[in-house]
Amino acid sequence: MTDRQSAARRLPGSLDTNRRLDRWLRINRDGTVTAFPGKVEIGQGILTALAQIVAEELDVALERVRLAPTDTSYSPDEGVTSGSRSIQEGGVALRHAAAEARELLLARAAAKLGVSLEQLSVADGVITARGGASVTYWELADESLLAREASADAAPKPPSQRSLVGTAVPRRDIPAKVTGAPSYVQDLELPGMLHGRVLRPPSYGARLAGLDEPELRALPGVVAVVRDGSFVGVVAEREEQAVRALARARRIARWEESETLPATTDPRFLLGEQTEDEVISRKGDPAAAPAAKRLEAEYTRPYIAHASLAPSCAVAIFEAGRYTVWTHSQGVFPLRRDLAHVLGVEEERVAVIHAEGAGCYGHNGADDVALDAALLARAVAGRPVRVQWMREDEFMWEPYGPAMVVRMSGALDAQGNIVAWTHDLWSNGHSTRPSGRGGGVAGTLAARHLERPFTPQATGNPPLPGGGSHRNAIPLYEFPNQRVTNHLVKRTPLRVSALRSLGGNANVFAIESFMDELAHAAGADPVEFRLRHLRDPRARAVIETVARQAGWRAGEKGDGVRGRGIGFARYKNLACYVAVIVEVEAGNEITVRRAWAAIDAGMAVNPDGLKNQTEGGIIQTVSWTLKEAVRYDRTRILTRSWDDYPILAFPEAPEVEVTVIDRPEEPPLGAGEGAQGPTAAAIANAIHNALGVRLRDMPFTREKVVAALAG
Amino acid sequence: MAGGKRGLEHMGITLEVNGRKHEVAAEPETPLLYVLRNDLKLKGARFGCGLGQCGACTVIVDGRAVPSCDLPLSAAAGKRITTIEGLAADGKLHPLQQAFIAEQAAQCGYCVSGIIMSAAALLGSNPDPTEEEIRAALKGNLCRCGTHHRILRAIRRAAGEMRKGT
Repeated sequence: MTDRQSAARRLPGSLDTNRRLDRWLRINRDGTVTAFPGKVEIGQGILTALAQIVAEELDVALERVRLAPTDTSYSPDEGVTSGSRSIQEGGVALRHAAAEARELLLARAAAKLGVSLEQLSVADGVITARGGASVTYWELADESLLAREASADAAPKPPSQRSLVGTAVPRRDIPAKVTGAPSYVQDLELPGMLHGRVLRPPSYGARLAGLDEPELRALPGVVAVVRDGSFVGVVAEREEQAVRALARARRIARWEESETLPATTDPRFLLGEQTEDEVISRKGDPAAAPAAKRLEAEYTRPYIAHASLAPSCAVAIFEAGRYTVWTHSQGVFPLRRDLAHVLGVEEERVAVIHAEGAGCYGHNGADDVALDAALLARAVAGRPVRVQWMREDEFMWEPYGPAMVVRMSGALDAQGNIVAWTHDLWSNGHSTRPSGRGGGVAGTLAARHLERPFTPQATGNPPLPGGGSHRNAIPLYEFPNQRVTNHLVKRTPLRVSALRSLGGNANVFAIESFMDELAHAAGADPVEFRLRHLRDPRARAVIETVARQAGWRAGEKGDGVRGRGIGFARYKNLACYVAVIVEVEAGNEITVRRAWAAIDAGMAVNPDGLKNQTEGGIIQTVSWTLKEAVRYDRTRILTRSWDDYPILAFPEAPEVEVTVIDRPEEPPLGAGEGAQGPTAAAIANAIHNALGVRLRDMPFTREKVVAALAG
Repeated sequence: MAGGKRGLEHMGITLEVNGRKHEVAAEPETPLLYVLRNDLKLKGARFGCGLGQCGACTVIVDGRAVPSCDLPLSAAAGKRITTIEGLAADGKLHPLQQAFIAEQAAQCGYCVSGIIMSAAALLGSNPDPTEEEIRAALKGNLCRCGTHHRILRAIRRAAGEMRKGT
């Protein structure tokens, strides 16, 4: 719950909903500072960036800053770590909280030393008066110091005074990770810990018709078998015993299955679904030049798996009527409410503590396995249970990034300028994260399989301007006539939720592919053509920068094997600006050899962190675009192992070069997902540049290229 | 159930891990990974797929990088096993570990210990690998965050440092 008081004025970032300073910071007498972020590490390096911000504003050495794990019993409720909002929300809150804490410490020092504030300076927590007398933060601080509401009146440092923010501080978690030290929830080990596995149904529509539970109970090491409706879990002393019991359960369970999946994996089945239609942008200029040439095109993206390298994992203990759950969920507070609802206990009886997992790239099985662990822990009260999903659990049951269809049409005037533009998109909503709102609804998987099932969380879209399925559907380009329509598909035959960039991937893929198609029709260079339709100077700057960096030559043509293409977007139309150029090579398969990118995320807290995220976003998108699609038949998901779902491997990985345009005077902008859209389009455009064929249906497999060449 | 409820009738398999011998009480078909993580408390090798497809669990067995998730305990007995925890020597990080830090070659880092082990096996037998050889050696290691080119840079850097050092 938030600390929001009456109708107080708006405070920066997440400070607005968590207004007490001691919710965010504690100055310790041992010479350290503890920060309490509500945003969590998901491999994006956020904790390093947040530590930089705190150390910067407090004027203490970075090493003094400790970050407390996000825990529902004391952390600020910052909702979900998603949407590239952690710096904008959590970082901004900590920045102001730390600046205010510094002012409060200075006021105490002035009183203690009997001097005016102007005479004081701070270095690494030591406050020194002009006369030489000094006192430290660690002497001045006590519990009362930050036991107050934030005012946000203390101004954070201007760029000229920053020494840590804006520098490429090394990530704090990497040394432990390269030495194999326990780093993840998967590595958590509690005394007396048992191991659990869940027997998931073989398909979405399956119901458990029979299971010889005594046979499972008699297996070596098995401590408990939990059955509740179609939910079955086993708990064993040793991990391999749990895995073996699961294997046996798979063999002996009898299921009744039904056909619930679409007849085709072609996303165009969405066009036949019932939709809620909304025009989200409409512009008209009767004075615009008449159309001389019209174009239409249709683009698709299949269901894409998050495919985290680590199957989801959680540890739970049920003791004296209370649950404690360790999880890599992106939203410990909403998860706590969801768990309490499903477990049928008051929220106060559930504590949810974040522990890092592998990269998730959105909503995967993290929340689901937390409920699994709690359900199994309930059966063995007093002993912790660790549950890790098997690979096939993750592939078959994670909520996928939704399939999408985007139809574009456009018109050029006699000069080759775009005078009309329409964009129609078909997709499910892009989030089914647990909301914890109760009412018989749950966002966690096992809840739907219980004897008294909960209704699955309905799909929803974050609202515009950020948007969900319609994220980035409104072009940043200036067109005199424009209409963008969201055809929201309500039925969700496949479980779907937030995947990195949500609809931004497919919408930008369509927009930026279509821009190239129009540029081609206009006989224009794709870089020049984009700039011609773009006024925002920061948007222009990333395009110009990447073109320079890649040595782009106006009108450059591929040679029948190699070719290059560009893509651009401002993520969510309000976060970072990213432009990407890729070079592809068409051999037996399409390979991306090199990629260049320019990113403007405003004030760069950690430029190397921005680079790392952008490089990763590019390489991951190369994988999505060239290789990935979830497979299914009418009954079952067929994607179960890495053999069924190949991703980009080391032999094919591109070289990537990222330029950060740092704007220290500007507010920081979310930067974790900006490459996802531009990269997909840049690949399609590069293939066209190389081979003269236009691929509009991801993924661009060998079969698609061969078919396009033959067509 | 002659062996009792815990089913550990096959007691006492001897494993040599990071130069130390361990008596392990587990069934011979138990995947080595679970024994390393749960019995020896070496958490650096990580479960990714259980099928030998992703490399997150890679360890070095008699000089070769192998996935430990589908290697039965019985097949590991009597062999020299090195995990990432055994890579540092004389209180100094292995050049690969140093290079991964220097290049900031991780995002979530879950794949990294397996990749370092694959690279260590490669550099152990081929101190001056070509780019293709490095990439081929990592064929069995997946990285989902897209840190590939930093990882490749770190391995090239470590190879260079190791050649200088010898």
